[in-house]
Amino acid sequence: MTTVRVVITLKPGVLDAQGQAVRQGLHALGYEGVSEVRVGKHIEITMPDEASVDEISAMCDRFLANPLIEEWKIETDALPSRRPS
Amino acid sequence: MRTLSPSTLSPEAVGLTRSEYDEIVRRLGRDPTPLELKLFGVMWSEHCGYKHSKLTLQSLPSSAPHLLQGPGENAGVIDIGDGWAVAFKMESHNHPSAVDPYNGAATGIGGIIRDILSMGARPIALVDSLRFGPLTDPKSRRIATGIVAGIAAYGNCVGVPTVAGEILCDPGYRDNPLVNVACLGLLRHNRIARSRAAGPGNPVLYAGARTGRDGIGGAAFASEELHEASEHEDRASVQIGDPLAGKLLIEATLEALGTGDVVALQDMGAAGLTCATSEMSARGGVGMIIDLDRVPLRETSMRADEIFRSESQERMLLVVRSGSENRISSIFRRWGLQAAVIGYVTADRELRVEYRDSPVVSLPPYALAEAPAYRPAACEPPELAEQWIMPDVLPTVDPGSALMSLLRGSDVAAKRAVFEQYDHMVQIRTVVPPGGAGAAVLRIHESPPKAVAITVDGNGRLCALDPYRGAKLAVAEAAANLACVGAEPLGVTDCLNFGNPEDPEVFWTFRQAVMGITDACRALQIPVVGGNVSFYNESPEGLVPPTPVVAMVGLVRDVAQIATQSFKTEGDVVVLLGSSAPDLAASYFLELIHGLSRGRPTDVDLTTHASILAAVREAIVSGLVRSAHDCSDGGIAVALAESAIAGRVGVAVTLPYDHRAEVALFGEAPSRVVVSVSPDRLPDLQILAANHGGIELVVLGRIGGSRLSIAGPDARPMIDLSIEEMSDAYESLREVFS
Amino acid sequence: MRFGVVIFPGSNCDHDCIHVLRNVLAQDVVELWHGDSLLDDVDCVVLPGGFAYGDYLRAGAVAATSPIMPSVKSFAASGKPVLGICNGFQVLLEAGLLPGAMLRNQSLQFRCRQVLMSVESTKTPFTWNLREGQILQMPVAHGEGNYFAPKDLLDDIERQVVFRYAEDANPNGSARFIAGVCNKAGNVVGLMPHPERASEAILGSTDGRLIFEAVIEYVTSRSRVPALPRSRAEALR
Repeated sequence: MTTVRVVITLKPGVLDAQGQAVRQGLHALGYEGVSEVRVGKHIEITMPDEASVDEISAMCDRFLANPLIEEWKIETDALPSRRPS
Repeated sequence: MRTLSPSTLSPEAVGLTRSEYDEIVRRLGRDPTPLELKLFGVMWSEHCGYKHSKLTLQSLPSSAPHLLQGPGENAGVIDIGDGWAVAFKMESHNHPSAVDPYNGAATGIGGIIRDILSMGARPIALVDSLRFGPLTDPKSRRIATGIVAGIAAYGNCVGVPTVAGEILCDPGYRDNPLVNVACLGLLRHNRIARSRAAGPGNPVLYAGARTGRDGIGGAAFASEELHEASEHEDRASVQIGDPLAGKLLIEATLEALGTGDVVALQDMGAAGLTCATSEMSARGGVGMIIDLDRVPLRETSMRADEIFRSESQERMLLVVRSGSENRISSIFRRWGLQAAVIGYVTADRELRVEYRDSPVVSLPPYALAEAPAYRPAACEPPELAEQWIMPDVLPTVDPGSALMSLLRGSDVAAKRAVFEQYDHMVQIRTVVPPGGAGAAVLRIHESPPKAVAITVDGNGRLCALDPYRGAKLAVAEAAANLACVGAEPLGVTDCLNFGNPEDPEVFWTFRQAVMGITDACRALQIPVVGGNVSFYNESPEGLVPPTPVVAMVGLVRDVAQIATQSFKTEGDVVVLLGSSAPDLAASYFLELIHGLSRGRPTDVDLTTHASILAAVREAIVSGLVRSAHDCSDGGIAVALAESAIAGRVGVAVTLPYDHRAEVALFGEAPSRVVVSVSPDRLPDLQILAANHGGIELVVLGRIGGSRLSIAGPDARPMIDLSIEEMSDAYESLREVFS
Repeated sequence: MRFGVVIFPGSNCDHDCIHVLRNVLAQDVVELWHGDSLLDDVDCVVLPGGFAYGDYLRAGAVAATSPIMPSVKSFAASGKPVLGICNGFQVLLEAGLLPGAMLRNQSLQFRCRQVLMSVESTKTPFTWNLREGQILQMPVAHGEGNYFAPKDLLDDIERQVVFRYAEDANPNGSARFIAGVCNKAGNVVGLMPHPERASEAILGSTDGRLIFEAVIEYVTSRSRVPALPRSRAEALR
């Protein structure tokens, strides 16, 4: 089995109110050098080794992320780009 | 079969004393196993066992003609007529909320909801009583906003409106906030459920969420003082709530109860399965055999003691009629929850627990469920009487700016910024929302035109100065809040927050407070249907102020005949009912403006109080008065300001008094209610007051304009403020909570 | 007429909607279980408020995948009226039945309060007999009601805006003060405020009833009234 990590954040240009609040909090704690904070979701999916990036991408597009407001990236050690035939 | 081997654990390791260990040996006739000893550790903790409080609590009045279930079950149940009843109960979640404000408060909400559900009632309202350190302090703000967010997250999702509450601040609560939450439920008389297991051979059904390692030993944790490192170390003791599962559990449990096949049920709260199995069998005078291998788990390789003590949330234990287990299980599964038969009721009054085919526990359930009871030493704090001495002179202050400060003060200020974060309307019952009056009013559309009212009151400032009088005043204030919406009190549930009961001064204070509640409830003929004691509320900084809190539920016979605190109509006459003399002793004015927590609180005269409240109720129910507001923190000046702010209309009054100005304006006294009445009905109100034993009635002035102006007997204005500037001050908590 | 109220795990305004439709407006109501797929011969589908599936991924996202949704989609495609209230609105957005998406409230906090909103379009079965610009009072209660769409989409759907928060009353930071939108055909409407909480005088407002009454009249008078007021033909365009 392989564990795939999907990181979902709001698209640039969509107000990330949570990220702004976290940045304010960091500033209040004295970390004034922090210029931007983005808050997102981290989803771990465990699948058979033969799972493909395409399949995970489809999950993101169809369900895990809302393409109107969110973007996503897949983090994994090694995944074939196509399902083995 | 392997035999149970005796303990190698010391009693102290599980929070018990050597003599408690001896008592266990006496009850079992042998040494307990290590696992059994751990079970005794949680069940005989203060949180589960009430060992230092239960003898004292016996004095509370707990009977009334309309009482269907008094203390001793998961919640009290009171008849409201026409086949309907309400269940209610209050609980504390102080220690978990100190360590993890968000999750601690959220699981507190979940827990109290399931206590109400255990009685077969649909939870219809939540109220909460919160205590924080000063909101100017960053740590207190973090705790306060976290607790409010936790209550919102759980309560909003689970679909039970948060309709009333109070927030009071004092440096004493800085490291040990108080989170007391009460839940109110609605049920039909013939649907009352109970927790007495019965019927040997009946299956024991586990239902709800899976079991994980949450909050192992949480009950014991609630019974220890918080120490420096708690905040980081004790994370493992904090359970995480799942409000969705909580909501599904409400629906599935009510559906299961509707089949008539549920014999008994109880929430798995503190001490989890240990508590539920031992209490249910002890109450029913039966035994149980439980197979831990059948418990649905969230994690692998959990030990027997972890499974049996886990405080994972959103779980119920049911005893169902033999043969109905599949049908009942399928109801829970349809709602997406776990359901598993984990054992059977037995006739032999023995609680037997097996794990991996070996017995791990075998003891009489009562031995666990009935903790020993102590009567700790009590001693009046010697310095108490000194604090009753009032300063001879106080610096002069401008009454107008004092009123503005009081309105801004966290104890008086509007809690709108908080209650707007709570869904206070779901279930469409909320007729008087939070902030509309001292009590919330919820219509019962199942049995029109009835409504119920609920309020919560407690005052650590008063109880620190005189716990007996302070507790009496809390009950009196709650009753006044109900009267001011037109409700008759039905019952009380209380939450008693104190320090370490083994400290004689703490225990004396506790005992005085219980006596105060007892005397007040007896005099007003209101039963105490149940409640909760939270001891060990202290931190390295010291004790929290002694804080008994009461939630009181009342009946409104016709929801069309209620009042709120807002002034309604220009030209209406403003009247003060009741004549008790205001006093600055122990007042909020003295504390906030002069920084003094001094003076002895008034000993409320409950006979007078009862007759004034009866008059107020009658005036409301007969449609005589258009607003009612009792004078509490900040005295008559704050009461007038609040009614004017709420009505967005001014008022001009003259206070005929023979005290100093600030005593007349800001002095506190119970049994005083400001009402407004149309001028042509004033004579009727005067007759009504006379008929209620000659209640004193003073015409203060009239509603109108856009300013609050208060003059003294010489007609010299003492206060003249615009409603707008007062409203701004009154909304000061917006800065903290939004 | 017969309403179908969808019950998702975590719906918590389902009973409230049923109470208003059945006891206040004297209509037939059937409960539609999220796990079923048939719409049991109903005239109007209501998706109620709450926290379907705990709103755990995004508000309404998991509910949008539940077995009943394909039937709701074909019901909507046939031109019959569908109303999503609060969480129901979020489900309709996630299911692609309505344009746009919801962000967390700008305050990052849940907000429960009375709001005023104006009727912006009368070209829907839920507003056809109201006046454009008519002000309605009803409560909101949500944590994710901050309506979002990219600018070009906002321009595109300008005519599909059904309700807008009154000035100074935007409780959540919604783009262009949007409180409710409809699909192109107008028969699917979603709004964040709760009409079922404003349908009885004792609760402070009866404006919510107008929305339910509109669809009742729209459905029941269809056979008798050959040409409904100006909205109908346009609504189905």
